[in-house]
Amino acid sequence: MIQVSHTAPDATGHGSGAAVPAIEVRALCKNFGDNEVLKGIDFHVEQGEVVCVIGPSGSGKSTLLRCVNRLEEPTSGTVMVEGIDITDSETDLDDVRTRIGMVFQQFNLFPHLSVLRNLTLAQQRAKKRGRAEATEVARRNLEKVGLSEKADAFPAQLSGGQQQRVAIARALSMDPDMMLFDEPTSALDPELVGDVLEVMKQLAREGMTMMVVTHEMGFAREVGDRVVFMDGGVVVEQGKPEDVLGNPQHERTKLFLSKVL
Amino acid sequence: MKRSTRRRLTQGILYAVFAAVILFILLSADWGRIQPYFFNLGVARETFPEILTVAAKNTVIYTAIAFVGGMLFGLLLALMKLSPVLPYRWLATGYIELFRGLPALLVIFGFAFAVPIAFQWQAPGGSVGAGLIGLIVVSAAYIAETIRAGIEAVPKGQVEAARSLGMNSVWTMITVVLPQAFRIITPPLTNELVILIKDTSLLFIAGMAIADRDLTTFARDSLTNQANATPLVVAALLYLVITLPLTQLVAKLEQHNKRGR
Repeated sequence: MIQVSHTAPDATGHGSGAAVPAIEVRALCKNFGDNEVLKGIDFHVEQGEVVCVIGPSGSGKSTLLRCVNRLEEPTSGTVMVEGIDITDSETDLDDVRTRIGMVFQQFNLFPHLSVLRNLTLAQQRAKKRGRAEATEVARRNLEKVGLSEKADAFPAQLSGGQQQRVAIARALSMDPDMMLFDEPTSALDPELVGDVLEVMKQLAREGMTMMVVTHEMGFAREVGDRVVFMDGGVVVEQGKPEDVLGNPQHERTKLFLSKVL
Repeated sequence: MKRSTRRRLTQGILYAVFAAVILFILLSADWGRIQPYFFNLGVARETFPEILTVAAKNTVIYTAIAFVGGMLFGLLLALMKLSPVLPYRWLATGYIELFRGLPALLVIFGFAFAVPIAFQWQAPGGSVGAGLIGLIVVSAAYIAETIRAGIEAVPKGQVEAARSLGMNSVWTMITVVLPQAFRIITPPLTNELVILIKDTSLLFIAGMAIADRDLTTFARDSLTNQANATPLVVAALLYLVITLPLTQLVAKLEQHNKRGR
């Protein structure tokens, strides 16, 4: 159903043979004016790996994620996606983006289109699929997120949790190799968070490569293969969730976790 | 004085002033003299059917041509004004500032007489056609600013969502941004349309054959021929017959579109 290159289920990101990393970021810097948001980040996500990026607001984690599909223009450094340098001006960015699904904090569904059309639009315009095929793929993914009956609804008629699940289905309809989640549950009412996390867990179980910027420590602990803690534009600490969350080594990590756990 | 008593007293005074003003106007007008010159049924009857089959029809046709032309040209100008290419922005800004600053009557005159002489060029549709181009040129300047504002009012996340799905900037503009922008600017665009209906009365300056006359020109000719102003009143009523249903229709459309927001 979803094309995913599997590594061993217990892979923590290192030494999975000759496979090219899904995402590899080197010495990435990003400035907004005089404000240095990312100060030389080295970061990678292996194929099939689920990496959760945590940290206080303003730590640069969302900016890092947005640099991966170049919604933000890196100031310096390289970003490789499946071995392709996306900061190279010769790279067909639109083509690379069809292989990177992205889910936003604010859902960003197209409000003027029905749910089904939200899912088929980019399939037809960017992947050049025919209407029938696009519709079939869309219906399959709607079923996957449990919203088959909402195909003809408009986004405004859905709850926040339903909208976010549609957004996930929309990204999945492009058959991406990896998914980026930018605080996918932060804009949701607490009682709606669970449904969205459930869909994400299901994806992780199927072996999807995922980079998740999140404040959901429970999710990071349960689903993450690796947790990366960022603060002040640098990666402070990373490792297995039980190590980073259960036995943090750095003062800044301890301070942050003491506030959120 | 109690608050409620005071409120009732204020309202009473307002109603009394309103009634007094209306009464004053009705009583001070010389109805005996106005009636034969402005509300003469015999003269009114003589304007039919030409005032409908020729004049009103022409006004509607001229408005439709000018509005469609102004929209297409205005859209082009708006996209130029938002273009990353600096000379395009200069050109669009210069154009908009120039033609918003000139009276429509002068521009229509220019296109009907100065341009044909300067460029040895005959507009399709003769002098009215040339005048219509002038009207399009002016309305495009106003419509361009409205469309630009609409495009800029579409949330940035919409573009990000479309681009992250791999759609290129052209498809993103056509399928995601413009449909939402036009919904946002439906009220100001209606305004432009209503103004345009009335501005078709300026086309007379280009010179008109009998069969080309619009409502105002037709009524002014009748006024001269019959030494009676009743045709002007008939024309005024017909303008309202055209504009009022239109604004009602757009209000309905807006209600309908709300579901998609």
